[in-house]
Amino acid sequence: MPEPENHPDEAMEPAGGTGATMDLAQDEARGLERPPGHETAPGGTTEKPRSLWSDAWRDLRRNPVFILSALVIAFLVVISIWPGLIASGNPLSCNLANSQKGSAPGHPFGFDNQGCDVYTRVVYGARASVTVGVCATLGAAILGSVLGGLAGFFGGAGDAVLSRVSDIFFGIPIVLGGLVFLSVVTGTTVWPVIGFIVLLGWPQIGRIARGSVITARQNDYVQAARALGAGNSRLLLRHIAPNAVAPVIVVATIALGTYISLEATLSYLGVGLKPPTVSWGIDISQASSQIRNAPHMLLWPAGALSVTVLAFIMLGDAVRDALDPKLR
Amino acid sequence: MGRYVIRRVLQMIPVFIGTTLLIFFMVYALGDPVAAKCGDRACDPATAAQIRHDLYLDHPLWQQYLHYMAQIFQGDFGTAYNGQQVTELMGSAFPVTLRLTIVAILFEIVIGITLGVITGMRRGRPVDTGALVLTLIVISIPTFVTGYVLQYLLGVKWGVIEPSVSAEAPFNELIVPGLVLALVSLAYVTRLTRTSIAENTRADYVRTAIAKGLPRSRVITRHLLRNSLIPVVTFIGTDIGALMGGAIVTERIFNIRGVGFQLYQGILRLDSATVVGFVTILVIVFLAANLLVDLLYAVLDPRIRYA
Repeated sequence: MPEPENHPDEAMEPAGGTGATMDLAQDEARGLERPPGHETAPGGTTEKPRSLWSDAWRDLRRNPVFILSALVIAFLVVISIWPGLIASGNPLSCNLANSQKGSAPGHPFGFDNQGCDVYTRVVYGARASVTVGVCATLGAAILGSVLGGLAGFFGGAGDAVLSRVSDIFFGIPIVLGGLVFLSVVTGTTVWPVIGFIVLLGWPQIGRIARGSVITARQNDYVQAARALGAGNSRLLLRHIAPNAVAPVIVVATIALGTYISLEATLSYLGVGLKPPTVSWGIDISQASSQIRNAPHMLLWPAGALSVTVLAFIMLGDAVRDALDPKLR
Repeated sequence: MGRYVIRRVLQMIPVFIGTTLLIFFMVYALGDPVAAKCGDRACDPATAAQIRHDLYLDHPLWQQYLHYMAQIFQGDFGTAYNGQQVTELMGSAFPVTLRLTIVAILFEIVIGITLGVITGMRRGRPVDTGALVLTLIVISIPTFVTGYVLQYLLGVKWGVIEPSVSAEAPFNELIVPGLVLALVSLAYVTRLTRTSIAENTRADYVRTAIAKGLPRSRVITRHLLRNSLIPVVTFIGTDIGALMGGAIVTERIFNIRGVGFQLYQGILRLDSATVVGFVTILVIVFLAANLLVDLLYAVLDPRIRYA
């Protein structure tokens, strides 16, 4: 253990012991090169110490599930930014004469009710779903981790109030809340849907963040840093946040898949995204009444949706397996 | 134990008030109930004012809320768009949804726990990996997709069941809709049971029981299951909310005239009395289920009573 009273200015530098390992882990987490010569015997080989993040990254790199789902997600992100790469048509140019026809040359997935090309609509629909999923997850993760983290760190009355508030939001089943809330909100953009998902989704992440901040807060290094005069902001940013963020990442990744599924469900019920936005949920909803005549109109968007959600959930599973210390 | 019960019940009250206030606010403040009643053409001002007065809408929002809560405690949920009392609609809709939910929970418990126990005991073997992959796929496919696919395959193509459910909705017609409703939760229950059983199989008391010479079935049922099922029971209780939400989609697919159907009609017609009434009852059911689950958890796991 470092001796703070003898070397007050060295306490923040690596000097051997738990303090050093923790600081080195932080440097590792920020990708910095560890200063050579510290902590080990002089002249000995310096081995990069393993932190949670480098271990996790090593495990992830070798996990075929992670690689596969990461590739699928990268592909989805690329085609949601540039759908023209693989779909050359216009999703909104429809010809009623082609209504419900099967696949034809140049239109591999066939046509839907309005005569629009199903393939183009499936490709363009990725944009809406991925946008809603990513923005909603970012919003919920940031809001949840800030509120939950602060509540867990400071405790007391604020924590109790936050717990009751999150109970209130938990008490509304999310599809019901979506029906009620989004049916009175007009507008054809994605932002009401994103706002609603953030509003009802942050308590889940907040709860996890609060739990992990409470666990991180009880560690000795936090007490040591506080004894050395670290203020609250330094404690939060430098010590607690890097160590508490792992469960939040896991939950956020899995929540991403859930939110994409939720957006599709809300669009299917008619309260989510509305035409002319191209969304898989809207396509499935319109195709559902015609399932006996033309099942292809429903199956292709449904398949694309399922593959997307599956990719995100597999990614979340792989990340959780890599970050979970109990499985080491 | 008594103190724990009282504490939990007291915690439920502000949550109930907060949730109903939130829903009330969303429906009455964000939407305009009067405009919906007049249909597509706007009302003339005198009619609109009269409707407002009748529905107590000319008072500030918090007074409206208090008035509504007072009415609820007297059993009056207001009048729906077609003139029926909302309580009448509830009386016809809730038994159907209750039957559907019972079928779904039965599926969840029986199939989920059995599958979870089997895969938990054989962790790492092909059965386990296969079940994991299957549950993952089931979780990823949204409920409305599985509903339509099953309805198409079983109802239309192979003719095993009727594609839509009749008005009385007897139990045998609710089997496939119940399965569709339960599928995602079933997958979660399987995974949760599997993890729980895999953790507990390594516990000392299991080793002692086997060393004592107890038959395997007795070890599983008497010792392993009791401890492993605690998180599963908690999950199933909180899952009631997800089932209620999913019931809306399933009822729409299979044309079941339950709570989800009435709620959806109410939302289409912007009928605030129906919507707020039904959602309030659903929230009460959800909170009561959570309370029961917490109490059950305290009964099953004595450590929690003294927390």
